[in-house]
Amino acid sequence: MKYDLFGNGKVTFGVVVLGFFVLLAILGPWFTSTVLGLDARANDISAISSPPSAAHPLGTTQFGQDVLAQVVEGARGSMFVGFLGAIVGTVISILVGVPAGYFGGTTGNALNFLTNLFLVMPVLPLIFVLAGYLQGTGLVMIAFIIGVFGWAGGARTLRAQAMSVSNRDFVQAMRMLGESNRRLIFTEVMPHLYGWIASMFLGGLIGAVMAEAGLAFLGVSDSSAISWGTMIQAAQQQSAVLRGLWWWFVPPGLCIALVGTAAALINFGVDELANPKLRSGSRRVAKRTAAIRRTALAPEGV
Amino acid sequence: MTMTRTRPGDDTAAATPSEIVLDVDGLSVEYAGAGAPVRACTDVTFQLRRGEILGVVGESGSGKSTLITALTRLQRPPAVTTSGHVVFHPQSGEPGIDLVPLKPRALRALRWTSLSIVLQSAMDALNPVMRLGAQFVDVLRVHDRSMSNAAAWEEARRLLGLVGISADRARSYPHELSGGMRQRATIALALACRPELVVMDEPTTAVDVVMQRQILAQVLRLRREFGFAVVFVTHDLSLLLELADRIAVMYAGRIVELASAEDLYRTPLHPYTRGLRDSFPPLHAPVTRLEGIPGSPPDLRALPAGCPFAPRCPAVMDRCRDILPPLLSHGDPDSPDARSVACHLHDEELIP
Amino acid sequence: MTTTQGAAAPAAAASGPLEVTRRRKGRKRGKFLVRRLGFYLVAAWSAITLNFVIPRLMPGDPSAAIIDQLERVSGQALPPATLVSIQGLFGNPDDNLFEQYMTYLGQLARFDLGVSIVNFPVPVADLVATGLPWTLLLVGTTTIAAFVLGTALGVAAGWRAGTRFDAIVTPLTTFLSSVPYFWVALLALWFFGFILGWFPLSGGYDPNLAIAFEPAFIASVLQYGALPAATIVFSAFGGWMLGMRNMTVTTVGEDYVLLAQAKGLSPARVRWRYAARNAMLPQFTGFAMALGGVVGGALLTEIVFSYPGIGYLLFSALQKRDYPVMQGVFLLVTLTVLLANLIADSVYVWLDPRVREEG
Repeated sequence: MKYDLFGNGKVTFGVVVLGFFVLLAILGPWFTSTVLGLDARANDISAISSPPSAAHPLGTTQFGQDVLAQVVEGARGSMFVGFLGAIVGTVISILVGVPAGYFGGTTGNALNFLTNLFLVMPVLPLIFVLAGYLQGTGLVMIAFIIGVFGWAGGARTLRAQAMSVSNRDFVQAMRMLGESNRRLIFTEVMPHLYGWIASMFLGGLIGAVMAEAGLAFLGVSDSSAISWGTMIQAAQQQSAVLRGLWWWFVPPGLCIALVGTAAALINFGVDELANPKLRSGSRRVAKRTAAIRRTALAPEGV
Repeated sequence: MTMTRTRPGDDTAAATPSEIVLDVDGLSVEYAGAGAPVRACTDVTFQLRRGEILGVVGESGSGKSTLITALTRLQRPPAVTTSGHVVFHPQSGEPGIDLVPLKPRALRALRWTSLSIVLQSAMDALNPVMRLGAQFVDVLRVHDRSMSNAAAWEEARRLLGLVGISADRARSYPHELSGGMRQRATIALALACRPELVVMDEPTTAVDVVMQRQILAQVLRLRREFGFAVVFVTHDLSLLLELADRIAVMYAGRIVELASAEDLYRTPLHPYTRGLRDSFPPLHAPVTRLEGIPGSPPDLRALPAGCPFAPRCPAVMDRCRDILPPLLSHGDPDSPDARSVACHLHDEELIP
Repeated sequence: MTTTQGAAAPAAAASGPLEVTRRRKGRKRGKFLVRRLGFYLVAAWSAITLNFVIPRLMPGDPSAAIIDQLERVSGQALPPATLVSIQGLFGNPDDNLFEQYMTYLGQLARFDLGVSIVNFPVPVADLVATGLPWTLLLVGTTTIAAFVLGTALGVAAGWRAGTRFDAIVTPLTTFLSSVPYFWVALLALWFFGFILGWFPLSGGYDPNLAIAFEPAFIASVLQYGALPAATIVFSAFGGWMLGMRNMTVTTVGEDYVLLAQAKGLSPARVRWRYAARNAMLPQFTGFAMALGGVVGGALLTEIVFSYPGIGYLLFSALQKRDYPVMQGVFLLVTLTVLLANLIADSVYVWLDPRVREEG
């Protein structure tokens, strides 16, 4: 399985990119301040709104702040919200989805109903309103709000999977033998769901990074924190677009897109591994087939 | 490659087109995998006479499903036909058409009018969002462009009647029919354009025993009525013994024995065939002793150098482990009861 | 379901069972729709109740704060009617929760959503009503366009799975679907608006024209709306495409597609009537999940272009803590999305004869 997972180009690319950004979030700020000698918050009055140069590889903002240092610092903010939001969301979706699938009946139906309710609610506007009341709160609060309202999709998947596992013979048999539900859920059902949970976590991660960026763009954020979202918001507020300061708003958006692509590619690759029909649609299989066909037809033509 | 040919290939050309409907010659199919390609079908050669029912029997993984998709050119990546010919001889007496290199357009014209297929699971074979009749109508009208919509629906109802499904069912969706009805409907569908050859892929595995008997009886009756030939693939030898005229036994992607149903049952030559026969209860005889075949089906990625059945064979000899036995004809190859087998046990009888 | 076995099916029985099946089927579909309608009514009720609960859960007394702000903005004591309205929406310390809830529902029934702080004394309902057509126009058309475009491209990529087209387009779309909407909007505005000057930089129509149903005005609406619409479609179609691509690949592996090919049907018919037609069904069940994201993203796009819809309204409200407007927009957006979902469900019922028993 491990070999297969990394034999898949999509997964490898996604893991490398995601790993890079996690490292950047952890070590990046230290690196920029000590090695490059840049400070995300320092205002270099000699270089205001300057395009990329040797002193400032990605240019500076309207306030003379170094964009590269901000992007690195922003990685920490965005990834922090991403991870915390994904953890909160995943935990809730496990707490709702697994029992909904395992128990069925009234409990299951009630939990399923709750899931569907949150699924059809437009979550983003809801988060906007909630966060609007809590303006000026820190990134932790924002991550929690994102997680608390973004779990429904994952719970739906987990419910379906938990249901199919719980209906398998070995679980049914152990139930009949009087094994406790809690033990069954943790030792028999959950291990079958780890793959799905991991994939949901990745989905939650990118969802939270995007939601944070959206919130920051609306001006709902910790004013002292730096994230990719606050950078774009600051650029928008200072009319960076209308003044052509593209180096200010392009890098943070690109980072968000890269993290999102990495997470999506990992999920895509995992889907291919889980679904043989999808695998047969991969480029590699097509190429191999074509290669065999060519070698087979060559002697025939003679 | 011509080593294992049962008879010289030129003989087939001599046969009048009206006698042979399908001539399969040296067909090999490979699957492109991560490592070396895996051969799922190797050098398969047989001939199908007009109106004949040829049974193909084998365990799962013996290559019988691969053979079906290769015969009908329905294979998908990563399966590739790497060598061989599948020559179809039209009843009209026109020259035979090799399906393997045929261009898609010409192939489409041939499909269903000459060559149709019945798949294993009728539930999956019918489009769930189209009315049953509409799935007849589209194929009828694509092959006969002069047919009006109303006439096509009328024809669909008539075809359903052939298999005992009432005409009003034509407007039903597949999920509204019972399993047996769906399977009979796919058989009626296969006959829609009066094909000369119908390939059936275990069409009775998904239905209960009573329905299975009914479907087999209908296939036999319809064959008498319309005279199409059948390649019937299954893992159930006892079923073929009742249905088929001749039976081909497949093992590890090769035909190991080919004989008339009666010969195969009475005097199986290959130890594998004997094992297969003894592991099924006969339908019309008292149950005596059932014996399974020890061991498990071969791994196609790592076949032994000699006979692939050698590791499981009760009569294994030294040379079986080194030399692959070719499929050789036993008796007069041109007589109707010609049979062939690929086994070293029968080598001596063949040496002139 | 009864099985007609044997070769001889009595022709006389032909008309009877058919009628029964049809009627039964109609009832089944109807039942499904009624159940879905019930679900969305409960969902709507939940949204309305959530709208009631949120301000009352918040720290401090939003009601008092709003009244305080309103009086500061207007420079005078509020008229009693406005006071009652604000307290009904945001909390009244004198009443118990149940009384407050009843008052609140009564106000909603009269479309009384309070007054805006920023645009005092314009009622929130009026502000929202002004913005809604713009948003419906922009988001409605782009959502449908993105859905159609994504689905069509998804079929193309899934049908050619493994070809160079698929190998290039699919990862590219994965990237596009991960790009934040508002960032795409910023880039488009910068490049096509600022650098090339092809499109106006902000607004929904030429401010020199009066709002009227006239050719000149409609032309200006189209001119101003083109770029925001294009960016939303650009950001939204990727998600639909990836879903459709994978569903198509899975469906192409189904036996009924294989049989359709064996029947010698034209490739176009096999692709659309057999593969795509079935692969499309999950797109409609996934509509609910995707729609919330599209609407949220589209609201942000409005902000970039200062488009006069409710997204921009929400933005201004958030900036200035105009709580009545925030909540009014939330309520309206939620109810509209629920309605759209109900429509998608109805389409699904129409598309899939095997209407599911459980919703």
